[in-house]
Amino acid sequence: MRYVLNTVEDQKLMLGRVGLSGMEDLFRDIPPGARLHTPLDLPRPLAEPELHRHLREVAGKNLNLDEYACFLGAGAYDHYVSPIVDQLLLRSEFYTAYTPYQPEISQGTLQAIFEYQSLICTLTGMEVANASLYDGASALAEAALMACEETKRSKVVVSESVHPEYRAVVRTYLRHRGIEIAECPCTCGLTDPETLAGLVDSRTAAVLIQQPNFFGCLEPVLDLGEASHRHGALFVVCVDPVSLGLLEAPGEYGADIVVGEGQGLGNQVSFGGPYLGFLACRQKLVRRMPGRLVGQTLDKSGRRGFVLTIQAREQHIRREKATSNICSNEALCALAATIHLCWLGKDGLRRVAELCLQKSHYAHSQLASLKGVKPSFKAPFFKEFAMQLEEDIEEVNGRLIKGRIIGGLDLGRFYRSYSGHMLLCCTEMRTREEIDRLAAGIGGMSI
Amino acid sequence: MTETLIFEQGAPGRGSCPMPECDVPVQPLEEMIPSGMLRKRPPDLPEVGEREVAGHFTRLSQLNFGVDTGFYPLGSCTMKYNPKINEYAVRLPGFARLHPYQPAEQVQGALGLMYEIQGYLAEITGMDHFTLQPAAGAHGEFTGLQIIRAYHDSRGEVGRRKVIVPDSSHGTNPATAALCGMEVRQISSGPDGSVDLEALKSALDSETAAVMLTNPNTLGLFERQIIEIAEAVHRAGALLYCDGANMNAVMGISRPGEMGFDVIHLNLHKTFSTPHGGGGPGAGPVGVKHFLAPFLPYPVVDRKAGNRSFFLDYDRPLSIGQVRSFYGNFGVVVRAYAYIRALGGQGLREVSENAVLNANYLLSLVRETYRVPFDRLCMHEFVLSPPAGFKEAGLHTLDIAKRLVDYAYHPPTVYFPLIVEEALMVEPTETESRATLEGFADALVKIAREGLEDPELLKEAPHGTPVSRLDEVLAARRPVLRWQPPGVK
Repeated sequence: MRYVLNTVEDQKLMLGRVGLSGMEDLFRDIPPGARLHTPLDLPRPLAEPELHRHLREVAGKNLNLDEYACFLGAGAYDHYVSPIVDQLLLRSEFYTAYTPYQPEISQGTLQAIFEYQSLICTLTGMEVANASLYDGASALAEAALMACEETKRSKVVVSESVHPEYRAVVRTYLRHRGIEIAECPCTCGLTDPETLAGLVDSRTAAVLIQQPNFFGCLEPVLDLGEASHRHGALFVVCVDPVSLGLLEAPGEYGADIVVGEGQGLGNQVSFGGPYLGFLACRQKLVRRMPGRLVGQTLDKSGRRGFVLTIQAREQHIRREKATSNICSNEALCALAATIHLCWLGKDGLRRVAELCLQKSHYAHSQLASLKGVKPSFKAPFFKEFAMQLEEDIEEVNGRLIKGRIIGGLDLGRFYRSYSGHMLLCCTEMRTREEIDRLAAGIGGMSI
Repeated sequence: MTETLIFEQGAPGRGSCPMPECDVPVQPLEEMIPSGMLRKRPPDLPEVGEREVAGHFTRLSQLNFGVDTGFYPLGSCTMKYNPKINEYAVRLPGFARLHPYQPAEQVQGALGLMYEIQGYLAEITGMDHFTLQPAAGAHGEFTGLQIIRAYHDSRGEVGRRKVIVPDSSHGTNPATAALCGMEVRQISSGPDGSVDLEALKSALDSETAAVMLTNPNTLGLFERQIIEIAEAVHRAGALLYCDGANMNAVMGISRPGEMGFDVIHLNLHKTFSTPHGGGGPGAGPVGVKHFLAPFLPYPVVDRKAGNRSFFLDYDRPLSIGQVRSFYGNFGVVVRAYAYIRALGGQGLREVSENAVLNANYLLSLVRETYRVPFDRLCMHEFVLSPPAGFKEAGLHTLDIAKRLVDYAYHPPTVYFPLIVEEALMVEPTETESRATLEGFADALVKIAREGLEDPELLKEAPHGTPVSRLDEVLAARRPVLRWQPPGVK
C-alpha cells in the first residue's frame, strides 16, 4: 500500500489488540444508511513511474512561461525567482510543519514570519504587518472590514481602478454585513480626487485605492488620502510590493492600512495560486487586525524567542467574536517572499524595480510609435500600461503566440468602455529582443 | 542555539543578487515618474550575501519540527506524510509557470486537471459539484455559508439567519457565521459526545439557515444519528453543512452526500496529503448538491458541448461572486490530484481503514493510563485527559505536551475540543508504523509516571529545545512585532 506502513501482519495484530476481527468492524458506528456500498469510481491507481509520466503529459498541454515570453500582468507577475528560494522551501522542516502552536519546536517558522512582518513594515512604511492572508484580494476585503469595525461606520468607497477581481471579492465579503459600497468612477485611467471627495462622507469607513492601479497608472495618492481623511475615513492602499523599491512608501502619504498581493516576491505565477496577501497598518489598529501575528519575547532563561501573539483576536479563542474567521496564513509563500527579499537586498529590489520601469517605458514608446496603436492613458506608470489597438485583440494575440509571445489582456474583459485596449506588463524578465518582437507582432508583422 | 535575525547579519554594501544590465535605452527616472512619487528613503532590507541567506534559512529550518522530522499526532490536522512526487508535480513548468489570464486554449492541461479533480472530490464525498476557489478550510466555510444564504434568499426566505453549531465545533464555524452576518446558536453535545438530537430539534426553527457539523466529530466519534439529524434539519427547511476536516476517516466507506449533507468543504492539506507549509497554503474546495450549483463562486471550470474543450464559465447570474482572485490555490490542487491518481478508489479506502486502525490501536495502548472521556470505538482520532493524580500534582495537559517534545514527538492538539477538560487530541494518521505508535504510547505512559514522581520535570519541559517555554504574556502585553534598525524608538 502506497504511503501506508502497516503490513497485513501488523493489521491482524492491531485489530486483535483492539478486539476486532476485521477492518469492517472499525466502522460499525456508521449506520447502514450512511454507508457506501460500492467502490469509489475513480481512475485506477498509477504506479509512480506512470504517475510521473502522466503529470508531465498534463503539464505539457499548457504553454508555459519558460518557453513563451509573457506580457500579461494584471495581478500575477512573472518576476525572477531564484533557485535559492525553492531549494530552501524544500527543507521539509519548513514545508511539512503545521502552524507554529508549539513555539519551542517551531522557532524556524516563527522567526521567518517575524522577519517577513519586519520586511513588509519597512517596504510599506507601516508599523505592524500580519503573518499574511490568502491573497491580495481577500486582504483588501479584510482591510475594508477592519476599517468598518474601527470607525463603526458602514460605507466604503472603492475606486473603479482597483483590480476588478479584488473589487468582486470585496463585494462578496461585505455583502451581508450591512455595508454600502460606492464605486468611484475613473477618468483617464485615474481616480479623480474631487469625484472621490464627493463620495466620501461622515458615514464612510474607508477609501480603497490601488497604487499603481489596475491600468498601471500612478494615482495622485496624496490628494486621494486627503480626500479620505477629510471625513475621518481610513485610507486603504493596495500596492505592488515590487514597485516599493522605487515608489514612495504608503506610510509616507497617509495610508492607514496597506495591503497587496505578495506573489511577485519569490512566488511563481502558478496559474493564480497559492499566493499571499499582505496586510500592514498603524500600531493603533493592531488589535483589529485579522490573522496571525508573531511577536518577540523571552524564554525562561532570558533568551530571545518568537511566539504567535495577540491571539485574543482570533477564531480559536474568540469564536464568533473574532476579527476574522481566518485560521491559517500562507506561511510558505511568506517564507518565499522573505527569502526572496533577503536575497535581493536593498540594492536588488531597487534594481528590479528600475528594470521594470525602464523596460515598460521602452515597450510603451515602441508600441506608441506604431500605426493603429495609441496609448490609452497619459498618466505616469510603473510596469504596466494600456494601449488602444485598432485591430482585434484576440487576433493580435493569436499572431503573437505563433512567435512565442503571450500578449496582453483585453481590458474589455472587465471594462466595457475599454474594449479594444490591451493591458501590458514588462517585468525585469523581458528582454529588448522580446519587446521588439512584441512591437513587430502588434504592428502586424509575423514574428 | 538560536539564530540571529537576518537584519543583524551581513554588512553595508553586501548583496547577493546581480541583476542584469538594462538592455533598453535608459531614461532618467524623473522623466518617467514625478519626483514626489519616488521613495526618499530605501527600505531597510538586509544586505547579505547568498551564502548568508542559504545558511540563515537552513539553520532556521533546523529549529523546526515537521512531519519528516518525526511523529506529529496533531488532532484535527491530519499530519500525514507528504509524498515527494507531489512536490515534483507542482514544480513542472507546465503548472508553476502558467499565468492565470492565459487564454483557455493555452492552458487546457491545467483546466482539465481542475475539471477532473472536481469530479474526483464529488465522487469521494457524494456531492455533485465542486469549486476549487477557497484557499483554506475556513475560506471554504465562508464560501459554503454564503451559498446557503444565497439559496435561502433566492427562495424569498430572507429570515433564515441563524446557524447552529455544536459546542464541540471548530472555532472557525461560529467565526464564519459571524463573517457572513449570521447569528450563531451553540448547542450542547450529548453525554456520549455526539449531537444531542433533541437539543438540536428544539433549536431548529424557521429562522435556521444551516447546521454545521463535523462528521466524524471533533472528538473522533461518528455521529451515529446522522441520518435522523439530516432529516430534522431538512424538515425545518435548513441545510446541513459538513466541515470536512475529518474526511480522512471515511473515504470509500461513507460519504457526506449519503449522510444528508448539502454542502461540504474539504481540506486538501489534511485528507489529500498536501503539506501544511508551516500554516499554509492549504486549499478548501467546496462541494454542493445539484440544487446549490447555481450559487457556486464564479468562474466555474466546465467543458464545451461541441469540441469538449475546457473553459472558465463566468456567466453565473446566481453566483455568490468571487471569494478569491483567480481560481484558488492551484498549486495545492495539483498536489492533491497527484495523490488521488496515485491511490485510486481502493487506495483511498485503505488510507481511511489504516487511519482508523492506527487511532484505535494507539488508544488501546494508552487507555489504561490516561482518562478517556468518551471511551468507545474511535474513528481516525481520539481525545484523552491527563492521568489520575495529575490535577492534584498541579500538572496540566500543556505539561504533558511539552514533555513529549523531550521524547522527540510533536505534541497532540491541546485544549481542544473545548468541551473536554484538559483535552489532548491525538490523530496518528495512516502513514505511521506500528512501531512508531508503540514508541509514542510508551512515552505517554512514561510521562504519566514521571508526572507523579517528579512534577517539576514536566513543568519545566521541554529541556532539550533551542528555547525553553516562552513568555506569551510578555509578548502580548508589550508587543514587539518587527525588527527595527538600532536607534529607532
